[in-house]
Amino acid sequence: MTTNTKTPETHSELPPAGARTGISEALHIRSWRSAAIVVPFVVLFVVLSVASGPFLTTSNLLNIADQQSAVLIIAVASTLVLIAGGIDLSVGATYALSAVVSAQVAVSHGVALGIVTGMALGIVAGLINGIVTTFFRVNSLIATLATALIFSGIAAKLSNGNLIVLTNQPAYAKIAQTQFLGVRMSIWLALAVIIVLGLLLSRTTNGRYIYAAGGNAQAARLAGVRINFVVILAFTINGAAAALGGIIDTSRVLSAQSSSGGNTLTFLVLTGIVVGGTSILGGAGAIWRTVVGVLFIALVGNGFDLLGLDPLYEQITLGIILLVAVGTDAWSRLRQS
Amino acid sequence: MDGQGTSTVAAGSAPTAKSYVDIVAVDKGFGGVRALSGVNLSIARGSVHALVGENGAGKSTLSRVIAGLIMPDAGEVRIDGTPAILHSPRDALARGIASIAQELELVPSLTVAENVFLGSEPRRGGFIRRRALRAQFNTLVAEAGFDLKADAVVSTLRTADRQKVEILRALSRRASLIIMDEPTAALSGSDVQRLHEVVRTLARTGRTVLFVSHFLKEVLSLADTVTILRDGHLVRTGPSAVETESSLIEGMLGRTLGSVFPAKPDAPNGSPPVLEVSGLRAPGVNGVDLTVHAGEIVGLAGLVGAGRSEIAHAILGAARATAGTVAVRGERLYGRSPTVALRRGVALVPESRKEQGLFLDRSVTQNATLASLRSFSVGSWIRRGPERKAASDALASVTVRAARNSVPVSALSGGNQQKVLFARALLCRPCMLIADEPTRGVDVGSRRAIYDLLVEQATRGVGVLVISSDIEEVLGLAHRVVVIRGGRVAAELSGSEMTNQAVLTAAFAEQAGPTRAEPEKASS
Ligand SMILES: Nc1ncnc2c1ncn2[C@@H]1O[C@H](COP(=O)(O)OP(=O)(O)OP(=O)(O)O)[C@@H](O)[C@H]1O
Ligand SMILES: [Mg+2]
Repeated sequence: MTTNTKTPETHSELPPAGARTGISEALHIRSWRSAAIVVPFVVLFVVLSVASGPFLTTSNLLNIADQQSAVLIIAVASTLVLIAGGIDLSVGATYALSAVVSAQVAVSHGVALGIVTGMALGIVAGLINGIVTTFFRVNSLIATLATALIFSGIAAKLSNGNLIVLTNQPAYAKIAQTQFLGVRMSIWLALAVIIVLGLLLSRTTNGRYIYAAGGNAQAARLAGVRINFVVILAFTINGAAAALGGIIDTSRVLSAQSSSGGNTLTFLVLTGIVVGGTSILGGAGAIWRTVVGVLFIALVGNGFDLLGLDPLYEQITLGIILLVAVGTDAWSRLRQS
Repeated sequence: MDGQGTSTVAAGSAPTAKSYVDIVAVDKGFGGVRALSGVNLSIARGSVHALVGENGAGKSTLSRVIAGLIMPDAGEVRIDGTPAILHSPRDALARGIASIAQELELVPSLTVAENVFLGSEPRRGGFIRRRALRAQFNTLVAEAGFDLKADAVVSTLRTADRQKVEILRALSRRASLIIMDEPTAALSGSDVQRLHEVVRTLARTGRTVLFVSHFLKEVLSLADTVTILRDGHLVRTGPSAVETESSLIEGMLGRTLGSVFPAKPDAPNGSPPVLEVSGLRAPGVNGVDLTVHAGEIVGLAGLVGAGRSEIAHAILGAARATAGTVAVRGERLYGRSPTVALRRGVALVPESRKEQGLFLDRSVTQNATLASLRSFSVGSWIRRGPERKAASDALASVTVRAARNSVPVSALSGGNQQKVLFARALLCRPCMLIADEPTRGVDVGSRRAIYDLLVEQATRGVGVLVISSDIEEVLGLAHRVVVIRGGRVAAELSGSEMTNQAVLTAAFAEQAGPTRAEPEKASS
């Protein structure tokens, strides 16, 4: 009864395979577009391996992964929002709010309740974003700009801008710092989120509906897709992911502050997604792209550290990378049409 | 017999006309697909030249090569005998070639005159010289022989008039060859006539027109010369005077086709209604009663803008109904949304494939299965094997031609894209199938395949509602015809009352509300 699905299928969600050339021009461009991020990533990786001794060591690579775990989780979830045709500028604020509240509750009521409260807050924040953009038909760019202000305002008010230190709750550190098979929990959590959301997007009905909603909302509606549900789902997952990121980072450093995260984090997340090649226009993109994009940016930062370059140039470099990424995307779209 | 001696040289109606544009041994491939192979073609100055062929034969590709939208892999385009390399539509326009896009590229909020001269307004020191603009416009319109108001805002115009604006824009840039890819596909009745008039006027004033069409009658009446393409190869080019509909079909398909319409199955007798609409009101729908029985094909005729698509959308719940009820198989639909309607078995093939149907970046398979994913899923998990299998069966049954079903749907030709939407609806196993302009842009051979499918669905007990601006199509398929005017049922015809004349009379009204039914976009 069960049909075997082992026949390889050409799928845009999958990384490009060299063997898949020349099927059609469209595919050709697509795989070329896929390669757009993979090639520089590999090149940078090789260059850093050669140029810097400490780069290609397990401890350095695990360290990068540990540092990036929160960004990865949030970026991967934000990819769903972007593909569904929205954008979420409030992830940095949600991250900070969840981190601060979770830490405060942990200090007063224990770690377990702290985590639950933090996550619940993230989910509520995501729900609010989703509902405002669907039922109230507010453009998500504006809606989440507004909620970002509100969420970070609440975080600052609740903590009075103070650093909340968790030294009395060392158990909180376990969330991210526990080692399993020599790898920290933060990395395992990021991996789990990547796999779950990757499968959600590429292999489930709701994943297809996310692409449909962002690709052509009117057509999706007529085909029976419940767009509002799908968009709210994406925003809610994103809120939860932002909270998880906040909790993981709090656990990594055992403290939280309302000023952490914020717009810097939001922009980092969006940069990673766009550099990976997910379109900000919606309807197209993939989880693996975001992972490569975020790690690419992390490698650039790591390279600056290891090679002792002036960190002032790091921002400039990132800006240029972003422009190149968006430019290539626009150019390949132009070529395609 | 008639194709022998004329395969490469255009024997235009005027033998003295020297050729204007020559296509010499042009090849174009898209990856594995050979869209054009070794095509030769000569277009005579001042002629009306038609391109015909099946879906995917390469008509659009050929016109895009001439318009400078794509570069051929081999071969060349010659203009007045000298080779021309056209990198872009701009290059083509510089050589007098303009193409009228199917999706018209106008600024809806500007007036006709402003659109025509957009980017090339007469100006003095940064200011537009309104009077000069008006004068230029008037000369242009008079020259083209059109009847268009300079001050009309484009968003209030009907499609045929917007096409005129595009044509004027091309003329204002001194275009002498105008390329139109399926210009009448989106038009109905009187608008088709208007466009034909425009084409004739262009030819009379010395312009050359190259157009693509699936309407063979139109081709025969309008064109001086016809070129037939099949699978990217030139079949023949010849004067249209020696062609007939069946000779064209034979050239296009390589075989003859009996009747265009399949035999009508017997009208179901006493079968239960699958769809009952009563007193339905929604934007553009002013109280409609409609019943479709199991196994019955009902045609919804009327002019463009009469509210037929609006009725379909209101039934489906895509447009909010303000009054009235819809029942499917005797059970009323509550909590109306397309999702609910679809689950109860009402499927729609939407009218405009780009806006309402397709996800251009996604694969053909994913486009086909979007509405029926649940039937291949366990919970939310899609089983891709069964999905692919069902998709390829459904796509084959509607004769979609694609290199592979995993290519993005944007790589298919227009007609094949339309068929993908059909496959999507059929995969939902509907009990009520609403097809809005099901054969728009579909070639004659495949059109028959789609008609067969509709009939087959009906014989299986599905209720079928066909919305079409093509009266022949409605009459040829339906057991019963409902004519819509101004969002109301104007007439219901069955049996011997179903005549072209009766439909037209009802559609055009007894002047009860003359302008209500006419404008496509009422300026309210
Ligand atoms: N961008 C593209 N990428 C891949 N294949 C393409 C592309 N454009 C066209 N094709 C293929 O080239 C062939 C010719 O397509 P074309 O659009 O010229 O057909 P057509 O004769 O205009 O058909 P229709 O009547 O359906 O509009 C088809 O097989 C089509 O799938
Ligand atoms: Mg075409």
